[in-house]
Amino acid sequence: MSPHLILRVVSKLLIPMIVVFGFYVQFHGDFGPGGGFQAGVIIAVAVILYALIFGMDEARRAVPPIVVRYGAALGVLIYASVGVATLFMNGAGEPLNFLDYDALHPDQGHHTGQHYGILLVELGVLTTVASVMLAIFYAFAGRVPDIPDEEW
Amino acid sequence: MDMLASLLPAGIAVHAPALIVVIPLIMAAVAALMPRGIFAWGVTLATAIAVAVLSLNILGQVSTGGVISYAMGGWLPPVGIELRVDMLNVPLLLLVGIVGLLCVIYALPSVADEIAKKQQSLFYSAFLVCFAGLLGVTITGDAFNVFVFLEISSISTYTIIAMGAGKDRRALTASYNYLVLGTIGATFFVIGVGFLYMATGTLNIADMAAVLEQNGHDRVTQAAFAFIVVGLGLKAAMFPLHVWLPNAYAFAPNFVTAFLASTATKVAFYALIRFVFSVFHPEVNFVAMSFTWLFAVVGVIAMMVASVQAVFQTDARRLLAYSSVAQVGYMMLGLGMGTAAGLSASMLHLMNHALMKGALFMALGAFALNFGVRRVKDLAGLGQTMPASSAAFTVASLSLVGVPLTVGFTSKWYLVTAALERGWWWAVAALMISSLLALAYVARLLSAIWMETPPAGKAGLAPARRLAPWMVLAPMSLLAFANIYFFFHADPLVGLARAAANAVMGGN
Repeated sequence: MSPHLILRVVSKLLIPMIVVFGFYVQFHGDFGPGGGFQAGVIIAVAVILYALIFGMDEARRAVPPIVVRYGAALGVLIYASVGVATLFMNGAGEPLNFLDYDALHPDQGHHTGQHYGILLVELGVLTTVASVMLAIFYAFAGRVPDIPDEEW
Repeated sequence: MDMLASLLPAGIAVHAPALIVVIPLIMAAVAALMPRGIFAWGVTLATAIAVAVLSLNILGQVSTGGVISYAMGGWLPPVGIELRVDMLNVPLLLLVGIVGLLCVIYALPSVADEIAKKQQSLFYSAFLVCFAGLLGVTITGDAFNVFVFLEISSISTYTIIAMGAGKDRRALTASYNYLVLGTIGATFFVIGVGFLYMATGTLNIADMAAVLEQNGHDRVTQAAFAFIVVGLGLKAAMFPLHVWLPNAYAFAPNFVTAFLASTATKVAFYALIRFVFSVFHPEVNFVAMSFTWLFAVVGVIAMMVASVQAVFQTDARRLLAYSSVAQVGYMMLGLGMGTAAGLSASMLHLMNHALMKGALFMALGAFALNFGVRRVKDLAGLGQTMPASSAAFTVASLSLVGVPLTVGFTSKWYLVTAALERGWWWAVAALMISSLLALAYVARLLSAIWMETPPAGKAGLAPARRLAPWMVLAPMSLLAFANIYFFFHADPLVGLARAAANAVMGGN
């Protein structure tokens, strides 16, 4: 019988919901308050909660630090490659500037292109923010010795 | 110039202002993914080459076609973010691009020696972020964007300075000091930009200037001016806001010191010029007052005090760092004259100082690489054991004093001429005294290198000659050679400096 049974059961229920809520915030970002930054933090929080309840080793097994490092770089690459893509796609004949999302959907007018552009860019933000939050957490949490159970 | 302008195909040349910032930023992420330091260095080198080519191309485009304005994301200025290149920031782009490339070549042996294997790719990644930030500050035409890029470059600078901890743990406190002060500087700057936004309702630099000209300057813009000068002054190591600099330069990895000394403070100084001249008009009363009573005075004090402090340093890199503060004083003095001649002398000294300090710090890095020397007295006899590096060091340090046949003389000549034109005899006297002080500290270094005998090797053997790796020697010699070359062919640099001054002063 493991200690902190209630904490474990409740957090097991909560963690998936936190992640879903994170994605809700992410995809809501282009209509209202929300977006990649907040969503990234929320998704990172799910992992941090997992680490708090089940321990750092378990969390590191679930989301290894190397994934975190690659994720941080990948997010930047997603963001920047949207910009580079707009340079090459040249919507409707005339050359477009860096990060001009119109290029992403030239046939359906201004709004659709901007819509896709912001979603893709926010996806990059989500990846980087979530990864960096976890990297910071791992860096700090990895330093302190684990608190023995008797001291809770 | 036409040749430079047609260096790249038209499809790429149109986007050059965006690409020069975007490429280092993307490559920073790529470098972080590299499994080994050498691959990350390869990525960094490719990026630096691309940036150098782009900066040359932009120079060609601006010289032939005039000011370039690039609307990020297709949002037209003044609403959207504008990248704007005129003759004032072209020299800075060239400086960061070309000196950056030379530093990156130099980096491989130096970084392999100083940074732990596991951290090398992340180190290069942080360097590239810093590189992108500096280029971004230089190229953007949006006041808030200046702040963003300033922070991008500063935050990564704190990291790469702290990575000197592998050799000397004091790098951590040096970096932390810089972090605290740099953040205060950034805060002041952004408060100033906030005030300007309040007064003008726009963030575009050109638009701000237009609105200010129409509405006149009220108290809010005066407060903005004060905040911005303090904030950027801190980043540019303007005396007495320079206290973060000596330790940061002394304990950072050698490659970082060489790069920062020749680019980072210069870019902050450029931003200062941009705000003082392009946003606030130099003929407005409080701005004109600040020239004489702030920049000139602070510049002269820096030239004296920092030079005296440099004479008494024991650590060779700290000595040169204090000398850098003094040299920023020269630039402040040139700015403080408030004339086109003064500003162009200041811009010329900015470029020349990058050539000198780049070579000097690279040579100190070479000494550290081969013999691990850091203190002035440990330089003893390096003229015999490392003659090539010592020769490069000597040329650059003579240039620092302002000996004829070196670029140091050229820029001091222009400063003196500008001061005389303004009738500032005291400034000429200050320049002379400061040059003599420079001679004093440079003499300490050179006499240790050339006059003293090298410490005997083990078992009384004659000390061995050791050649620095060619990747260290080549960029260092090139910079040292440039110190002489641009004395005899002063036109390119003087032309750039003149054009820069005219671009903001509105002369011809």
